[in-house]
Order: sequence, then structure tokens, then C-alpha cells
Amino acid sequence: MAHAPDIKPPAYLSKPAIRWIEHRLPLLSTVDQFVGTQYPAPRNLNYWWNFGSIAGFMLVVMIATGVFLAMNYQPSTAEAFNSVERIMRDVNYGWLIRYIHMNGASMFFLAVYIHIFRGMYYGSYKAPREILWWLGIVILILMMATAFMGYVLPWGQMSYWGATVITNLFSAIPLVGDSIVTLLWGGFSVDNPTLNRFYALHFLLPFVIVAVVFLHIVALHQHGSNNPLGIDAKGPQDKIPFHPYYTVKDLFGLAAFMLFYAYFIFFNPNILGHPDNYIPADPLVTPPHIVPEWYFLPFYAMLRAITFDILFIEAKLGGVIAMFGSLLILFALPWLDTSRVRSGKFRPRFKIFFWIFVADCIMLGWVGANPPEPPYTVYGLLGTAYYFAYFLVILPLLGWFERPKALPKSIAEPVLGGGALAGAKTMEKA
Amino acid sequence: MRRLALALAGLLSFAAPALAAEGGPALPAQSWSFNGFFGTYDRAALQRGFQVYREVCASCHGLRHVAYRNLTALGYSMDQVRAIAATIEVPTLNDAGETVNRPGLPADRFRTPFANPLAARAANNGALPPDLSLMTKARAGGADYVYALLTGYTNPPAGVQLMEGMNYNTYFPGHQIAMAPPLNADQVQYGDGTRATVQQMARDVSTFLTWAAEPELEARHRMGVQVFLFLILLTGVLYAVKRKVWADQH
Repeated sequence: MAHAPDIKPPAYLSKPAIRWIEHRLPLLSTVDQFVGTQYPAPRNLNYWWNFGSIAGFMLVVMIATGVFLAMNYQPSTAEAFNSVERIMRDVNYGWLIRYIHMNGASMFFLAVYIHIFRGMYYGSYKAPREILWWLGIVILILMMATAFMGYVLPWGQMSYWGATVITNLFSAIPLVGDSIVTLLWGGFSVDNPTLNRFYALHFLLPFVIVAVVFLHIVALHQHGSNNPLGIDAKGPQDKIPFHPYYTVKDLFGLAAFMLFYAYFIFFNPNILGHPDNYIPADPLVTPPHIVPEWYFLPFYAMLRAITFDILFIEAKLGGVIAMFGSLLILFALPWLDTSRVRSGKFRPRFKIFFWIFVADCIMLGWVGANPPEPPYTVYGLLGTAYYFAYFLVILPLLGWFERPKALPKSIAEPVLGGGALAGAKTMEKA
Repeated sequence: MRRLALALAGLLSFAAPALAAEGGPALPAQSWSFNGFFGTYDRAALQRGFQVYREVCASCHGLRHVAYRNLTALGYSMDQVRAIAATIEVPTLNDAGETVNRPGLPADRFRTPFANPLAARAANNGALPPDLSLMTKARAGGADYVYALLTGYTNPPAGVQLMEGMNYNTYFPGHQIAMAPPLNADQVQYGDGTRATVQQMARDVSTFLTWAAEPELEARHRMGVQVFLFLILLTGVLYAVKRKVWADQH
């Protein structure tokens, strides 16, 4: 790895006591190499690169608040709903902890979705970062499982019926589907054993996510961050130490993000949830309109988009395949995108299709929030078709037919105007 | 297409009624003292609303998540709360293990009017009066919905045939509600001289029920304003630090 001129051996290593410890346990230098002065990062990262650290922060927030909620929560069908209300009313600052956790899930997904779209726009999944990208998808899938099970825990109407709908999806699997559903439920309907196992898994999975995030960061450090130009660093002038440049930039972004987050916690804590979840679960009363949380809506729309049998595949199985396929197809993205240019900045055609793709995901979210009837079913089908066409048709062909714009010679060139690093310090402040 | 959608809904165990129209007429937005960044509860309205709940709603609707001790937040003194709690009887065991009744204490939760849902249905023509502790959070529109519902009783439009024992309400989903119009003018005698019109009582009890669902609202708003001020300052300072640190890179 080319080291930038700003990267100097750390001063703390000159202190004998620290050297003694570092010789035995290289804790400081490990941190320093991960997010400190010894980690060279491209000098041109824009604010879209903030969302990785924001997502990491949200994971910590979720675990920290979750532990305190777990201390007061009762995982039984008889007491779950009441125990959540006890947290809201009688536990000191319980309302605060729960609203941070509840809205934190939304903020976590928001940050992760922006992080993913950023990676897709700037081609961050391309060689040599394919495994980094895979690990990210694994994190997303684990997050979805965790969030789904967490939503079941308050045992409101949407908890119960959401759990019923989603676990029933597995019954679409031929032959073994029903057995899998029985196994998931721990019985013959969503009931106390289901709640108990979801609670155990909801507590466990975040730590699995932490482990995969660690791998994600290890993979990231192998080749360093991609950057808005999508070109590799050509020399030390292209990189700056992560600390203090990106630590301070990340902190600034994080503070702004927290301001946005705080609005929901303190002034509109239930806007992202469904009112029905404040009605205790009742297996005998089906809510008029079962909808998941907003971050699942595009996937829910794709699940419901397939309303017809395709050859021997029944409509229900088709919907399930579309929904899970929409996630699994991301694993193949590094090979489906045949363009050798990473950044969308230099791909005029790609840009258009990319932004249509973003709009498509938002439209699917809107479809997912509405009842499965015309015209929504039509939009849902069109949206699903574009989603898959983007990966399976557009990206593979674009790489062949698109003429990318000329790439800059180095990262420093457009940033510093001709790579004149020596003049950087005297240049006018932005 | 509709049939296909229906078939899918059935296949996935989605509720068939999902296809029924969910939204009724738009709820008229009321101006509430608890709205907005600095919103607080109007104590007088809370006490009047509590009176309406106690004298009207409580005969059918419980408030099981609220304890009498919580009423100090309405502006009552502890003695007043003790007196309110003492008006109910709570079953307990005596030293001989027999069930006896004792007067309620501030620590007791509000007494639910029926022993169980079956008893509630039996006494209400088969309908189950829902618990009101979380009503404003459990309905889209919150306090606006409760107010609209309580003031939304009308004669059914021509051609609408009401089912046995049902009443027509503009804002209830499906318009047929088992609850008879609960509020009549001058049904309660307000201690502060406020005229007990239907609108006034509906407004007061909506305020009270919002408090019952969100007793933390005032503390939440207060803390939120502080957190906002802090974060705005922090964001500004961090922006300045960022500019300073990056000065040699631009």
C-alpha cells in the first residue's frame, strides 16, 4: 500500500511503556491501522461515504439500547405487550430507550440503503472488492432477519400477523415447506414458542452482525476504500490518513444524521410504525391491511407482484422466489456489471438507468404500502420487472455498448488541479 | 387482475378484507395543545377529560395500563388521588385465604369494567369495548380520530341499512359502530363551569386519552428541544473543526 507523505510512524511508539504493551498486544497500533493515522484513505471521498460509519454507529446504538430493553422485556405471549408498556410508562427513561431502539431500526436501514446505493453508483463492488460486497449483503440479510424478529417481540397485531405472513412464505417451498414452517413456529401456529425463539435469535443475531461487520472492515482494508472517481490510487499523493481527516468528517456527518434521528425519537416517534401494533395480538382478528415496516416494503411489493403461475411454479412460490431472488441477485452483481469503469460518474448511460433503478425501488416501496389490487399490482409487476432487468439485462449490456468518458489520470489530478501537492497547503480554502 | 390479486392474498394468508377500503373520509385536523415541538397538555382539559372518562366511558371501557398514581400528572394532589383510588374495590386475599375486597390504592391500575372479554361481549350485544389506554396510538390520526369518532354520529344516509343494534358513524371504518352515541350535551357537570357540549367533552376526553397513551409526551418534548439545541451546536462545531482540519487539503 502506498503511504501518503502525511502518514508518519505514530508518536506513541516512542514511549517505552506503550512499546512494552504494543510488543505483546498491538491494540493501539491495530486501531491506528484500522481507523487511525496509519490507514491511508483516498483524498476525494464525498459525503456519500459517511453512511458506512453511520451504519456502524447505529449497530452499536441498537445493541446498547437492546440490552436495556431485554432487561425489562418478558418474552411470553401473555406478558410481552404489557411488559413493553411497562417499559414505556414505569421504567426510568424506558420510553426514551424504546423510541431510540424502535426508530433506530429505521435509521440503521436508511443508512445501510444509502450505503448500498452509493456502492452501486460508484461501482464499489467491482474487483478487487467482490468479497467486501458479499459480506455487505450478508450483513443486510442478517439485519433483515433481526429486524423482522424484533418487530414480532412487542406482540401487537402487526407483530403477530406479520410473523404469520412471513413465516408462511416458507410453506411455498415444495415438499419440505410445511415442515420448515412447523420448525420455525415450534408448533402449529405462531405462538409462545415462536416468540421465545425469535427473542433468543433477536438477541443473538446482532452479535453475528458485529462479527460480519468486522470481516467487512478487514476486507475493506485489504484494498482500501473505493472513491468517487473509481480509479485506483496511483501514488502517495492520492491518499490521506484516515485520522484526522475522515474521523472528523465522519463525526460531522454523524452529528447531522443524529439531528435527523432525534426528530423521530422526540417529536414523531410512531410515524414510521403502524398504529395496529399498539393493539395487543389477537389470533382471531386479522387486521384489514397487513403491511411490514417501511424498509421491507419494496421486497413485499415484489413478493406480491407475482400473481400468476409460471410453468410449474405456483404464483405463491414465484413471489417468494422474486423476493429472495431480489436479494440473492446482488451477490452476482460484480459479474453482471460488465463495464470496466467503476464510477458511474464516467458512465453517461449507466447514470440514467441507475437513477431509474433508485426511483424503481422507491416506487416498489409505495406499491408495497398499498393493497394488492389494481392499479398497484400492475405497478408492482412493472417495478419488479425493471428491478431484475437492471441486473440481468441492462448492466451486462451497458458494459458492451456504453462509451465511458475519459478517466482522470489520478485521484489527485482533479482534486488538486494537476497533482501539484506541494501547492496544496497554500491553496484557497473551499 | 383483481381475482388474481385476491387469489394471491388468500394464498399468502393475507387478510381478504385487505381489499376493503381502509380510509374513510379525511379526519378534520384539530388544533391540540400537545402538538408541535413545544406541545404540553392543558391540565384543565386533562381533568375535565378524566371526569368524562370516569363518568361516561369507564362504564364500558378499561384503562388497564394507567395506574391511579399516574393521575398526579393531571394536577391532582396525592390526597385527591388516594380518594379517587379508594372509590373502587379491588379483590384480594385475607389471612384466611378468602377473597375479599379492599379499597383501591394509588398503586392499583384502573379497574376494568368487565371481568373478562366474554363478560364484556355478553353485556354489550356481542361487541367488545376496547381498552382505551393506547387508543390514540392505536388508531391512525390519534386524538383527531377519537374526536372525529365521538362527534361523528349522524343518521345513516339514504339507502344504508344498519345492522341490528348498530349506529352510523361518519368516521368509523365501515361506518357501522356498535357503540351508541356516548356523549350528550350536559351529560357531565364540569367543576370549572365549562359548558359540557358534545364537542367540549369529546375534546377533553381526547386530550385525556392522549395523555393516557403518551404520559411521557411533555418530558419527551422538553428533552427533544434540549437535544436539538445540543446537536445543532455540536454539528456546527464539528463542521468548523472539519473545515479547519481539511484546510490544508483543499
